[in-house]
Amino acid sequence: MKMVDLQGAGLSLLSRMAQSDVIDTLKLRKPFEKILYRGSKAGFQVIGATARAFKSTDKKPRERLAAPVRSDLFDLNLTDEQQMIRESVQRFAAEVLYPAAHKADDSVSLPADLRTQAAELGLAYYAVPESMGGAASEQSVVTQMLAAEDLAHGDFSLAAAILAPIGVANALTRWGTAEQQNRYLPAFASEQAPVASIAVNEATPLFNPQKLNTVAKRSANGFVLNGEKSLVLCGADAELLLVAAMLDDKPALFIVEGGSDGMSWMSDEAMGLKATGTMKLRLDNLALPAEALLGDQEFNYQDFLDFGYLAWCALAVGTAQAVLDYVIPYCNDRVAFGEPISHRQGVAFMIADLAVEIDSMRMLTWNAASLAEAGKPFHREAYLARLLCAEKSMQIGTNGVQLLGGHGFTKEHPVERWYRDLRFVAIAHGGLHL
Amino acid sequence: MNLQNPKKYSMLVTQARQVAETFYRPISRKYDKAEHAYPKELDMLASLLDGMNEGADESTGATSASKRPSNDQDTGNKNGGNLSALLGVMELCYGDVGLLLAIPRQGLGNAAIAAVANDEQLARFKGKWAAMAITEPGCGSDSAAIRTTAIKDGDDYILNGEKIYVTSGARAEAVVVWATLDKNLGKAAIKSFVVEHGTPGMDVTRLEHKLGIKASDTAAITFTDCRVPAANLLGTPEIDLQKGFAGVMETFDNTRPLVAGMAVGVARAAIERTKELLADAIDLNYGALPLNASHAEATLYRLEAEYEAARLLTMKAAWMADNRIPNSKEASICKAKAGRTANEVTLKCVELAASLGYGEDELLEKWARDSKILDIFEGTQQIQLLIIARRLLSKSSAELK
Repeated sequence: MKMVDLQGAGLSLLSRMAQSDVIDTLKLRKPFEKILYRGSKAGFQVIGATARAFKSTDKKPRERLAAPVRSDLFDLNLTDEQQMIRESVQRFAAEVLYPAAHKADDSVSLPADLRTQAAELGLAYYAVPESMGGAASEQSVVTQMLAAEDLAHGDFSLAAAILAPIGVANALTRWGTAEQQNRYLPAFASEQAPVASIAVNEATPLFNPQKLNTVAKRSANGFVLNGEKSLVLCGADAELLLVAAMLDDKPALFIVEGGSDGMSWMSDEAMGLKATGTMKLRLDNLALPAEALLGDQEFNYQDFLDFGYLAWCALAVGTAQAVLDYVIPYCNDRVAFGEPISHRQGVAFMIADLAVEIDSMRMLTWNAASLAEAGKPFHREAYLARLLCAEKSMQIGTNGVQLLGGHGFTKEHPVERWYRDLRFVAIAHGGLHL
Repeated sequence: MNLQNPKKYSMLVTQARQVAETFYRPISRKYDKAEHAYPKELDMLASLLDGMNEGADESTGATSASKRPSNDQDTGNKNGGNLSALLGVMELCYGDVGLLLAIPRQGLGNAAIAAVANDEQLARFKGKWAAMAITEPGCGSDSAAIRTTAIKDGDDYILNGEKIYVTSGARAEAVVVWATLDKNLGKAAIKSFVVEHGTPGMDVTRLEHKLGIKASDTAAITFTDCRVPAANLLGTPEIDLQKGFAGVMETFDNTRPLVAGMAVGVARAAIERTKELLADAIDLNYGALPLNASHAEATLYRLEAEYEAARLLTMKAAWMADNRIPNSKEASICKAKAGRTANEVTLKCVELAASLGYGEDELLEKWARDSKILDIFEGTQQIQLLIIARRLLSKSSAELK
């Protein structure tokens, strides 16, 4: 067996390394041990959060949020409420997320009290209808998009971690049956909101979210799921998951409670998104009741994906803006050949291009989100927004590092983290949901 | 928040689209071939546009894009002359950029008059077709290096110098000429003058032969001891060293979105035609993601995304002007994005359509030639980037050259 051979070779090398004084001289012992620790987790394990007992005593009717009334003039103004939320989210991003981002990335974990602090922003209330304990009386896609953009200005990964559970709540509000909404939504508006996440991605090259390898088969009591999901945000902590799987050759979403038999997890650390603790999720004959299928005939998988893409677009815009806001003072301060490097067109034009493309990304994202909020078709606009954000945000990420030169390549500056995180925009499917 | 075209202009958009399709397109190739021939068909169109301008307070012409306060007392969101002019321009350039530029009385000179003339001048020049003369043989984007002089002499100014690249410079009835009152005082001394054709000392010396927009004539004009009434100076005659160039440059905040709109129009023309030509070969329903689509599909999707970005950035800049939000940076952003996007899109569409696109049976090759000027005039790509960068980095033109 190839695997065994490889492990054998690895272990013998390891044994020699452990005995060697060289790693102590080079102060490599701790890092090595850390790598070993993570490596030892490299098998699927039945760890992860076990869900609370979600209660379903209420029999409230199913909720659907209506579109807000907006003028049909071209309008880039924000409502007073949107401006207020932006201000508090921007402050939170600057004072809490940005200072915590480096350590969270380095330690591959969320700051201990981050969720409690973020909950005070009240973003979850926009995802849960009033009758289910939240504050939402109408669609708030634009407001949530703005909040996502502002959070990501603080940090891409931390923003994703904060928004993942809210995305699940949004999807339940948008498509859940009365029973599903009664069972899960009140918890999201409670003091102790559950960690939740959406699992669509699979580790397949040229991954196509319409053709999943994860399959749901109908059983006597409901469904049996088999397959493997990759890069699941906050996987280990998730009490609740929305898992995409093929049902009758069409993609569908299933509500899976943490700790269910047949679920196992494995670390899926990646280039970026580190603070979110990305995990692989294996489903091995996972049995689900019939009520676990999200929504009914109304459910639209393409819309589901598009609301996810728009969330990632908003994060891309916010983080790209953070790149621009960082390189401006840097290039003004950095002196070469007797003057600030920003006095050179080769540098200045790159910075101008960042601004042009960030606003391009923003306009496409805002356009798609405002259409979605108004309940109008928005697939074309979301498609184009995703395409543009994926391409331009990576370009901005790489130019951010370039503008700082060698300094940008080190962990002394956040641009290398943004570079790694922004690579994900083109790879994201699901995960978040506006 | 709403980024859709305002409903109140849907009639305007439809009409402009009809003009583009039924009026411009059929004569597009004719005047591309017959460079310097005056498209006489445009006279009728101009009368129609004049009528529309008279009839409505918000309209399609260049003159409606101005910073003049409207009587609208409503302090809320405004969609006004800048947006409506832009929507018209985008549709008309979907038809033909050269023919749009050739429409009487809708040029940049008229936009300048509309933006900075006083009431007496507005009344006096009403209905006069005015071209705009900025560029000189020795100065292109560097407007501050203008060498044409205007020396005060009694109640007149005496103009001397040579202007080139004057769009409709021979056909228009007047030319708005940029000249300096004092070469030693730099940008602050540059003023604009309305000079009417027939003024002694003003001569059209040449019409350019160009890569594209051939329906629009491009003149070289000399001024030799050309005497112009002082009352034809637009704006204030004082040289305000503090305010400097701002007065003259203000026009650009309103006209750059319009030129960007031209780019948006021609880009859409190319994308739509290419989609029609490729309809049997590709699937363009936004189904397959770029990673799973064919190269041609993914390319068209990318071009469309860039086009949408250019369009929305341009709408934003015009909307800001309508709402009197300072928009110099955004005007340059939309011009930079739209200019390069139109050029890339039209060239790529020729490539996608292969020899069909390169041949003269289709208009794709013409649009690919027309689009190049849109990344040059009203400030080149590089000038826009310079303006944007100076704003972002808080640099003067002395620091960031």
